[in-house]
Amino acid sequence: MKTAVIAFPGSNCDSDMYYAIRDGLEQEVDYVWHQETSLDGYDAIMIPGGFSYGDYLRSGAIARFSNIMPAVIAAAAAGKPILGVCNGFQILLEAGLLPGAMLRNKGLKFICRHVDLEVMNNTTLFSSLYDKGETISIPVAHGEGNYYCDAETLTKLEAENRIVFKYKNNPNGSAADIAGIINERGNVLGMMPHPERATEALLGSAHGLRLFQSILKHWRESHATLTS
Amino acid sequence: MPLLHHEPTPMDIKEQHIYKEMGLSDAEYEHIVSLLGRQPNYTETGLFSVMWSEHCSYKTSKPVLKRFPSSGPRVLQGPGEGAGIVDIGDQQAVVFKIESHNHPSAIEPYQGAATGVGGIIRDVFSMGARPIALLNSLRFGPLSSARVRYLFEEVVAGIAGYGNCIGIPTVGGEVQFDKTYEGNPLVNAMCVGLINHEDIQVGRATGVGNTVMYVGAATGRDGIHGATFASDELSDASDEKRSAVQVGDPFMEKLLVEACLEVIKSDALIGMQDMGAAGLTSSASEMASKAGVGMEMDLDKVPQRETGMTPYEMMLSESQERMLLVVQKGREAEIQEIFKKWELHAVAVGTVIEEKTFRLIHKGEVVAEVPVDSLADDAPVYHMPSKEPESFRVNGQLAPWKPTLTNYEEALIGLLKEPTLASKEWVYNQYDSMVQTNTAVLPGSDAAVVRVRGTRKALAMTTDCNGKYLRLDPEVGGRIAVAEAARNIVSSGAVPLAITDCLNFGNPEKPEAFWQLEKAVDGMSEACRILGTPVISGNVSLYNESRGQAIDPTPVVGMVGLVEDIDHITTSHFKAAGDVVYVIGAATEEFGGSAIQQWLTDDVNGQPPQLDLAVEVERQHALLQAIRKQLVMSAHDLSDGGLAVAVVESLMDTGLGCTLTLNGDIDAELFAETQSRFLVTVKPDVAEAFEDLVKDAVKLGKVTEEDVLRIHDKDQEVISVAVSQLEEAWKGVLPCYMQSKTVN
Repeated sequence: MKTAVIAFPGSNCDSDMYYAIRDGLEQEVDYVWHQETSLDGYDAIMIPGGFSYGDYLRSGAIARFSNIMPAVIAAAAAGKPILGVCNGFQILLEAGLLPGAMLRNKGLKFICRHVDLEVMNNTTLFSSLYDKGETISIPVAHGEGNYYCDAETLTKLEAENRIVFKYKNNPNGSAADIAGIINERGNVLGMMPHPERATEALLGSAHGLRLFQSILKHWRESHATLTS
Repeated sequence: MPLLHHEPTPMDIKEQHIYKEMGLSDAEYEHIVSLLGRQPNYTETGLFSVMWSEHCSYKTSKPVLKRFPSSGPRVLQGPGEGAGIVDIGDQQAVVFKIESHNHPSAIEPYQGAATGVGGIIRDVFSMGARPIALLNSLRFGPLSSARVRYLFEEVVAGIAGYGNCIGIPTVGGEVQFDKTYEGNPLVNAMCVGLINHEDIQVGRATGVGNTVMYVGAATGRDGIHGATFASDELSDASDEKRSAVQVGDPFMEKLLVEACLEVIKSDALIGMQDMGAAGLTSSASEMASKAGVGMEMDLDKVPQRETGMTPYEMMLSESQERMLLVVQKGREAEIQEIFKKWELHAVAVGTVIEEKTFRLIHKGEVVAEVPVDSLADDAPVYHMPSKEPESFRVNGQLAPWKPTLTNYEEALIGLLKEPTLASKEWVYNQYDSMVQTNTAVLPGSDAAVVRVRGTRKALAMTTDCNGKYLRLDPEVGGRIAVAEAARNIVSSGAVPLAITDCLNFGNPEKPEAFWQLEKAVDGMSEACRILGTPVISGNVSLYNESRGQAIDPTPVVGMVGLVEDIDHITTSHFKAAGDVVYVIGAATEEFGGSAIQQWLTDDVNGQPPQLDLAVEVERQHALLQAIRKQLVMSAHDLSDGGLAVAVVESLMDTGLGCTLTLNGDIDAELFAETQSRFLVTVKPDVAEAFEDLVKDAVKLGKVTEEDVLRIHDKDQEVISVAVSQLEEAWKGVLPCYMQSKTVN
């Protein structure tokens, strides 16, 4: 599996994502600069966290207009796995690949710590190696992670089982304790917590590694089907 | 300084003593006249005033700073460059420095703190190093004051705003609260970087004919005379100097870091320096002076974000996120190509010249022309008078103070609720401590530990200083500051390598304040020599006074240590029920300057705890050996609040309890701040091996599963309290204060 990590000016978790895939998942991975226009040849696309363009306008609002984004949208349409973490989630929201918006954290402060998540849906390509209802420890690091959507969207997300992760103790005021959601097709996941920061016990938790392993498992299975 | 369309003439400057407004004395002005052989014009006077400020020239502290040991077998770069460098093997090195941003933070706390972080990061990457960690050492007045809460909240937000955005983890530091800092908070920022030996850069402008390039943000009118402002006492009029505080843009700096780290791989680059204090003036003149050459700059080419800027304003601006590069002539385009990728401008603004002159051209005219060494090297050096304060003599004759305690539980909880001792979660949860995914020990232990990716090594780092000890005895307090930092490093499983220091003191023109500086430096130097940790970089922040009242002498020590193997990484937290609890070193009845004295009397007096550096070294070696032999489950140095507070800290967030029996004088056993002591837990099956190795270890009891801290004074139980209750008290303090801000 060959993975692209998109780097925008101001991305700062791009290397974290890169190492999680190279050293944790032991798969091929490249940085792809935001001025590129093609993602051909990549099996999975990662949009990492950080402060793209300084987030001076609204988180992710400028990044969504960068040269690479049409290729990201095309990859989503082609059914490739796309993971947006933190600022990457915000960019996916701004690009309309996922519904909703981010508000400032309820306490108006940046929060960085390990939080407990509940795995709500283990039938997605991102979460198949978790147990449903399992509690996992993954760090958050954000100032604008208070997920908001209208009541109709929330009902839809719940009805379609598209809330993949929920906070056990909501740190930021997110609607329905939402930590991560998936698109209708099931190939675009946005989440505020950082699974790429939780791939080694040395750093406090390795619970995030199974998310990447789930993507790899899915790729191997679908790849096997395609080539057989 | 009003923006004048018609600048004062050289004669006006002399007759109206305009140089005094810029911080130059009569004698200094006369010295400039004699160096130039004429009266300086307005721009030239400005150049001298910033370069000869204490902040840039160290004119009063230089003779004292010479006392520090600054070399050692591992030191690759000592003081004098952007940051110091220490070898860590495998052709790798660690680069670090601490710097103050006290005065800007007192006036404009968010930007003051943010730009303090930005400045220290530039010092580190200007050496060619990738910044891998930030620490902050903060001091404020009591939180009961609404103004202090505002400063505290905004300083923390400013550090978070800058560090989080730029993507360098803020992994550690300290926060203390004391009346002494009420009018003059301390904001010291430390940055640690990692470098391969081959990439080490120096700020030198060698090669006559080479091109001087300006990169990064455009120059505005912010921060003019920042260095001069930093070299004066704070007063009611200081608020008017708000324009001397710079504004930070961490996104710009993130681009600048990445671009500069790419540029150092190019052999077209000759030298690079941050435009920090005194901006373009100091970076340009220092690079030329160090290389024994001159420089000519055309100020019309300097990127400007405001119209009508005068040479004076451009040269004295401290606009942030700017670097000065010297590049091989003819290869400017290669450098520009790299910066273009990061959407940054790299503009040729000048040339290295043979004649040792600093020449500035504006609109086709020479607007300043001075000998380059006169700016960078010829600042006067003052040997200030020093006088032992009367208060020191009086204090030294006081009978030793001892607490009278009846309820030990109440005293313990009281101490845990002191903001200086309480949990700092409220602070560090606002900092991204994990980005770069190398932080093996997060904030909250003795030292933070950052793994060196691709190796088995890690770096431990800490900042320390207890100003109360220095108030009582600056020499002993200075020794303790270094020793305590080393204890934190050793407790984490690392060998101490070197220190950087930020000397926060009062006005050195007062002999008593200068005496404190001298004594503190003597104490620190002695400890550095014996502990084998040379001073490789640092910063001096004098004039920390407000309304004539100086702060406690506060020489903050930033220390970095090397963990040889990640398996040696140790934290202060207890690990498992059944583990045996030891204390290394016996308590003596030393309460001067202690947290218990402060809590009971709202003041400190008498002798601070004494420190035997030979004992210190022996215990540190023994503990490190035990850690490396994997005999130790947790290790924690005893500091503020003594053993009792250390035990509670080790229990926090573990879900464990412990039962201990103390056999000496119970007051001292619990709360004395006797030096060179550690709290350690060990698996029962290796207890004997541990005791053989660590001779001064005394067994106190065991870690338990129950939610209770039990402490016995011989047979009698003196403390029996739920750990969850202690945790609630300890963690609730800062959130409680900070939520109360709207009430006042």
